[in-house]
Amino acid sequence: MSTLTIPSTESPTAAVDPSVKLLKREQRTMQMLLSPALAVVTLLLVVPLGWLFLQSFYSDGFTLEHYARIFTEGIYWKTFALTFKISIIVTIAALLLGYPVAYAITRLPRRWSMVVLALVIVPFWTSILVRAYAWLVLLQRSGVVNDTLMGIGLTDSPLSLVHNELGTIIATVHILLPFMVLPLYSTMQKIPNDLLMAGSSLGASPFMVFWRVFFPMSMSGVIAGSTLVFVLCLGFYITPELMGGGRTVMASMLVSRNIQLYSDWGAASAVSVVLLVCVVLIFNIVSRFVPLEKILGSK
Amino acid sequence: MKSINLTKIVFVAVVLAVLVYLILPILIVVPMSFSDSRFMSFPPPGYSLRWYESFFDSLAWMSAAGTSITLAISTAVIATPLGVAAAYAIHNCDHWTVRYVKLILLLPLIVPIIIVAAGVFFIYALTGLLATMPGLILANVMLAMPYVITSVIAGLYGFDKTQEMVARSLGMNRFRAFMTVTLPQIKPSVVTGAVFAFIQALDETMVALFISGGENQTITKRMFTALRDEIDPTIASISTLLTAASFALVLLITMSRKRT
Repeated sequence: MSTLTIPSTESPTAAVDPSVKLLKREQRTMQMLLSPALAVVTLLLVVPLGWLFLQSFYSDGFTLEHYARIFTEGIYWKTFALTFKISIIVTIAALLLGYPVAYAITRLPRRWSMVVLALVIVPFWTSILVRAYAWLVLLQRSGVVNDTLMGIGLTDSPLSLVHNELGTIIATVHILLPFMVLPLYSTMQKIPNDLLMAGSSLGASPFMVFWRVFFPMSMSGVIAGSTLVFVLCLGFYITPELMGGGRTVMASMLVSRNIQLYSDWGAASAVSVVLLVCVVLIFNIVSRFVPLEKILGSK
Repeated sequence: MKSINLTKIVFVAVVLAVLVYLILPILIVVPMSFSDSRFMSFPPPGYSLRWYESFFDSLAWMSAAGTSITLAISTAVIATPLGVAAAYAIHNCDHWTVRYVKLILLLPLIVPIIIVAAGVFFIYALTGLLATMPGLILANVMLAMPYVITSVIAGLYGFDKTQEMVARSLGMNRFRAFMTVTLPQIKPSVVTGAVFAFIQALDETMVALFISGGENQTITKRMFTALRDEIDPTIASISTLLTAASFALVLLITMSRKRT
């Protein structure tokens, strides 16, 4: 507000001051440059979000029935519980798998670290449909994974690895892992080597140096990566739909089914609003510790 | 000393296992696409080009591929200038509203894609843009712009603003000063943004499931339906081609970065 009121309060002659005129012109130019982009996002995203919000309270007048349904009807709250459960498992798995890889990229000699980084980024650039297909091939009853497990005698009969929760989790972690590794790597890269050397020269064992110096300093990367993976997983649709065999119903599927099968916008919008509120709350809380740009940077 | 070596061995083994997990699904698609069998068995019983033939001979797949390519090119062509203009304004303006404007422009990255899809579907159902090419392009422009904006803002940070001011003080108008002085220097970030926009549109599936259809069905929607209903091995050949295309584009970015 302050910058807007300065011209009129500072001095009565401000209106004819050429620098103010220039500033106004500058602002008009900037508005002009921003308006096409803003118009597209407003029309296609902000307006529909507002409409979804209103719709979630509407059914021949104001109502809370769409929200009540989420908490009373088994299918709804079970779906939300499953969505959170899968998102938590996926986030933990991605962190456990991603941390050593990010650590390796920062520690390895440059030539090797570039190779590992490339191997992390390559899947990032591959369509999620392509990867869903690949996982269907790998995880099916007579697939490579089952053949290998039976070959080394870990199991006698093929395990059901796909068309269930497990298949969904395996494929989802695969898709979201780069979103964990990249923020971790960018944080770890900035940890000065001198600090680690100082730690060990003062007599700390390599493990202590890692645990007491390196790990705490990589926390902002852990938070950024975990937030991104968790939030992306909350809204995941394509992978659970293809890998879950119709039984792993996540929140996004409730939205899609209510619209495409039943044209029930009330239910769809209430689920959307709850999902969106979760996402915004998480971003809001986390952005107090880690800037939002850092979280979205690798998306 | 022995315990250190052991931790090292375990660590290397874990990293290698994760890398195999990351890369194996991408590699396995290639031999699958040359299989001569209708079944998804691996390794394939024999090799042939029949799934490439069935892709290139199918009118439906070809029309979907055409739709997707037209869509991706149009999206990059439109989203890039809009994104560059917005990034330039955000970078050069210190008004208090800029923070919020930036947040709105990045909203497509924050809102879960299923909700974006539902919202766009609703607006298009009202305006008759469902299953039309302009509708598809507009939605993908919205989804692609944040990538252009973030990439170009990063490029502008590394650029010395005073150079453009010098050009303007010497009598060039702002647009010409930007085109001849600023743009050539931030070109790599613009190219990166444009390629991201292209790939985003080529890859986009969720919104396309809701709003594409009829003769304007994208290849991703067709692939999704094929994967869900009955697995057609043609998917393997399309997957290989898509992956190859992504690699070519990533190489393009890397080369354009190296040159500057």
